[in-house]
Amino acid sequence: MSEWWTYRLSSFLLFSERTYDRLIELYNADLWPAHVGTLALGVALLTLPRAAGAARVRVSLALLAAVWLIVAWQFHYRRYATINWTAEYYAIVFAFEAIVLAVAAMRVRRAADMPVSDVRMWTARVLLLAAVVAYPLLPLVAGRDWRHAEVFGLAPEPTAIGTLGALLLLRARLAVAALPLAWCVWSGLFLWPMRPMQAAIPLAAAVAAVTVYAVGRAR
Amino acid sequence: MLRVLAVAGASAAFGARAASAQGASVLSRRIARTGESLPLVGLGSWITFNVGDDLVARNRCADVMRAFFDAGGRTIDSSPMYGSSQDVIGYALAKLGHPKTLFAADKVWIAGGSRGPGQIETSRRRWNVERFDLLQVHNLLSWEAHLATLFAMKAEGRVRYVGITTSEGRRHDDVERIVRTQPIDFIQLTYNPVDREAEPRLLPLAGDRGIGVIVNRPFREGELTQRLARRALPGYAAELGCTSWAQLVLKFIVSYPAVTCTIPATTRADHVRENVGAAREPLPDERMRQRIAATIAGV
Repeated sequence: MSEWWTYRLSSFLLFSERTYDRLIELYNADLWPAHVGTLALGVALLTLPRAAGAARVRVSLALLAAVWLIVAWQFHYRRYATINWTAEYYAIVFAFEAIVLAVAAMRVRRAADMPVSDVRMWTARVLLLAAVVAYPLLPLVAGRDWRHAEVFGLAPEPTAIGTLGALLLLRARLAVAALPLAWCVWSGLFLWPMRPMQAAIPLAAAVAAVTVYAVGRAR
Repeated sequence: MLRVLAVAGASAAFGARAASAQGASVLSRRIARTGESLPLVGLGSWITFNVGDDLVARNRCADVMRAFFDAGGRTIDSSPMYGSSQDVIGYALAKLGHPKTLFAADKVWIAGGSRGPGQIETSRRRWNVERFDLLQVHNLLSWEAHLATLFAMKAEGRVRYVGITTSEGRRHDDVERIVRTQPIDFIQLTYNPVDREAEPRLLPLAGDRGIGVIVNRPFREGELTQRLARRALPGYAAELGCTSWAQLVLKFIVSYPAVTCTIPATTRADHVRENVGAAREPLPDERMRQRIAATIAGV
């Protein structure tokens, strides 16, 4: 792409806000009542103890793998790709993260020796609250239709944000969180021209998670 | 006193006047190399027609296209880059019974010449047309290889015209080089009262060589008309038969003699009728064009 510096982020938006909202609306209608299950998972992750046992960690990671696979197939490949040709590649990325989470689940052998720090716990809970509670309410706050709600476990941004929170609580390595982090940054940048306030959430989530990981490594 | 193009002078510049369902004639301009006439206002499909599988939205696009053809429009422009726009156009054309007046303009947009023919065939099937009237190398991507493909297709009768595109003032040097060295029929570029980079060089060059010019981004994807909407229309707009800023902008564009047509995109049937309605007399003369540009630059 020559003269790449002359392009704005908005140059890469292939669709209108209305088209994207309709995609979400139709997606929600097609997948209802799966939202009940994914939100229940989100609440379960939100209530993870600071020192979860091995079984609970394993199950949590496995269920996260399942929702990343759902988003890869149902959202990116089957629906988002109809208006955004790059979504076929996003599907591959999300499927890969599902594999990463599944492998992480299989490798859990024992419970953590110590509970997570206060900083880690509170950051994790804030991220999960943002993903499970706040993100779906954004359309209402912005005066849009509630049917455009993007729900944890079904839509990519709240899934990535919630996963970052869960991985902090589950003491997962940074490598497991790398793709959710990258997605929060990538999606935040491309959402910015359309909805800057909404874009700030995944971007802030990425900054918060990276900070906690960095502080943890420094100690 | 307002001076507009004399009717006689206008007749010399334009080709046939297409009758629209509304009864008023739509002005066309001749493609110099063949004498074929195209209405001055066509229809773009960037973003507006990329609605995926949403049947409600697809039917809305079909309504836009119906209104476009009824108003006397012909040229519809798309690209593989535009997501599902080609599929939606194909859906709408089937619903409308494949209007015979369609001038189908599409693009090849893929790195590597060997992949061009496959992409073009996929595009043709999406439109569900027998052949494209015009195929363009989108944003000059792999233009050398793709132009060779398109010229071969033209020689075989599988496309009628060959062109290249750019937008937002990019790569005008390359466009000029291609215009001077390649037997292309059309160039597509950005031109409007605030984006006039093409005016000093490319537009006159295309006119001198009999190359058709399609103008994209007439409204800067809505940003220009949204900005202008805050101000009242100037008094002289009514003398030009304009009832909106959009029509004033379109008249500025299509009154440049080298411009064959412009391709505003819209999701609304009333807007497409308004847009095609700009392709009617009177058109502004050069002095009025400068006045329009100055007015808009000052908003």
